[in-house]
Amino acid sequence: MTPKSLQLKVLDLVPFGQTGTKHYFFALRLENPNWEEWQPGQFVMLRPASFGLEIPWGRPLGICHLTHQHLICFFQVLGRGTERLAQLKTGDYVQVVGPLGQGFVMEEATPTLLLAGGMGIVPFVGYVNRHSQPWNLSMLFGHRAPIDCYPVDSINERITLDSLQETVPGDLDNLIFSLQERIHDCAEQHGLVLACGPLPFLKTVQRFALQFQARTQLSLENRMACGVGACLGCVTKTTPNWQDQKLANNYVQVCTHGPVFWAEQIIL
Amino acid sequence: MNLAVTLSGQSQKLELKNPILTASGTFGYGLEFAPFGDLSSLGGFIVKGLSLKPRLGNPGPRIVETTAGMLNAVGLQNAGVEYFCRETLPKLPTNQTNVIANIYASSVEEFAELAAILEHEPRIKALEVNISCPNVRQGGVLFGQDAKMAAHVTKACRQAAPNKFLIVKLSPNVTDIAYIAQSVEGAGCDCISCINTLQGMSVDLKSRRPMLANVIGGLSGPAIKPVALRCVWQVAKAVKIPVIGVGGITSARDVLEFILVGAWAIQVGTANFMRPQISFELIKDIPLLCEELNITSLTELRGSLKVS
Ligand SMILES: Cc1cc2nc3c(=O)[nH]c(=O)nc-3n(C[C@H](O)[C@H](O)[C@H](O)COP(=O)(O)OP(=O)(O)OC[C@H]3O[C@@H](n4cnc5c(N)ncnc54)[C@H](O)[C@@H]3O)c2cc1C
Ligand SMILES: Cc1cc2nc3c(=O)[nH]c(=O)nc-3n(C[C@H](O)[C@H](O)[C@H](O)COP(=O)(O)O)c2cc1C
Ligand code: FES
Repeated sequence: MTPKSLQLKVLDLVPFGQTGTKHYFFALRLENPNWEEWQPGQFVMLRPASFGLEIPWGRPLGICHLTHQHLICFFQVLGRGTERLAQLKTGDYVQVVGPLGQGFVMEEATPTLLLAGGMGIVPFVGYVNRHSQPWNLSMLFGHRAPIDCYPVDSINERITLDSLQETVPGDLDNLIFSLQERIHDCAEQHGLVLACGPLPFLKTVQRFALQFQARTQLSLENRMACGVGACLGCVTKTTPNWQDQKLANNYVQVCTHGPVFWAEQIIL
Repeated sequence: MNLAVTLSGQSQKLELKNPILTASGTFGYGLEFAPFGDLSSLGGFIVKGLSLKPRLGNPGPRIVETTAGMLNAVGLQNAGVEYFCRETLPKLPTNQTNVIANIYASSVEEFAELAAILEHEPRIKALEVNISCPNVRQGGVLFGQDAKMAAHVTKACRQAAPNKFLIVKLSPNVTDIAYIAQSVEGAGCDCISCINTLQGMSVDLKSRRPMLANVIGGLSGPAIKPVALRCVWQVAKAVKIPVIGVGGITSARDVLEFILVGAWAIQVGTANFMRPQISFELIKDIPLLCEELNITSLTELRGSLKVS
């Protein structure tokens, strides 16, 4: 559907992770935007009034989940924008532009491997909840913060989630090895691989996907200003495999052509 | 309140139903913003800079947010004028509003060739010449930083497109913007828009790297509004042709401030990223603010700044 720009009321903002210390992870619940449709993997641009003129850009956040009652986003505090998002109060209004971009493919009967790194888990909450044959889904989740910082509960209810916490440097090798193994196995089963996470994580996934010829989609997190394809700021480079020959070996907007791309069609 | 304005240039005219235009590079080809408002309600929109041949643009990161602004080094990515006329133009509401082409080239000859192609395109109502680009034939000096070169480009476009309303867009990165304005007026343009972005940069202390792959970029957004107001004021005093104000506009109040210092129309740029419906909302907000401030018409307000 075409995106809308709405002022949505904050229902609540729930911190995740251990109590007592400073919080960095939050679930933001907003009133229902009443979109006609949306796909997991799509995102919104959030801009609270508190950004004023000082912070011009909205912040792109994945759609974590959308139910009859509410839209949920989940974010980690990194810098000035997410810091202000973390100060939202029940009853405040936020400008929400969305749903934006192209979501992940869903092939209910295909064995599907979900690969999440850190905040990359966000779109998979909606994905797992929407999937009609969750027994075809499996998931590997690499993360640095303790597991209770992430929105894993509703995922755990429907599928088995293997999580690997990275605390010492050796853990990274483990994660890379697991990624290799799981992508390899998925390719053997003619399955589908879907990945979302930080750039180094996506690069690793892409490398194995190409090596084992696993059908793989990657969700990118490039810097964005407009979110609607107008500023040409968020672009990624396409390979000769890009579906539209006119745009092969070219720069395409991540916000409109993505954020989800087929692994063999882009250069990271 | 009647918001219509007629921009009367030296040889051509442009009728606007209201003074709200959108700035090149910040509104895509218009269609990107169609979900957020009625494109035909705008005074007009200026499409992303067009070049003769397709341009790939710069590698990323191309943009970075700054305090009250942003830097961009997009590098004029576009599919070329021919593709634009064939594929994009038929989708635009060219009968209901002014679609204005922003053009970009690296030599005077190329500018003339582009202008000549668009001269024969009736769906394009005006040309905006972006002279904030390097002249490759002359050691990469920006056309807009040299009064003679700026005049030369203007004259070439005027001759190649005698029937188009011709706007020249000035760069603020000059020592005397009024002087450049007079020289492009002398070369025959109908209108001046100012300002384009200011050169700036942003660095990351932790990685000791520039935030843009291109190292430097163009600053836009609320941070540049005082510079833009100053430029419009100086240019409006120096020339007889109408001036279009651009730079940091985010509200109806900003629009009226630009008109007060002498602008005939304005362009909304970076604000389109902050709030995609902003340009459409301004059209409704202006009459309300005028009423509140007892401003009876935009004509009465225009250039009425009291300087003792
Ligand atoms: C399509 C998309 C979906 C996203 N979904 C989520 C989500 O569901 N939850 C979530 O927490 N985050 C998500 N992000 C990342 C989120 O947008 C950034 O973390 C946020 O914009 C940072 O803003 P800030 O002002 O707090 O940080 P800034 O002050 O802008 O930057 C602080 C630090 O964060 C880094 N940073 C800035 N932007 C990004 C980015 N886009 N990706 C990674 N690092 C960045 C900067 O390099 C810097 O080190 C998503 C990004 C995109 C493009
Ligand atoms: C991402 C981006 C791309 C731009 N591209 C162009 C362009 O192609 N041609 C041009 O003349 N100006 C371009 N500009 C400059 C704007 O049209 C405008 O002059 C400038 O941003 C100042 O206005 P603002 O502060 O309202 O954004 C661009 C600006 C931005 C932010
Ligand atoms: S964020 Fe502007 S084009 Fe993608």
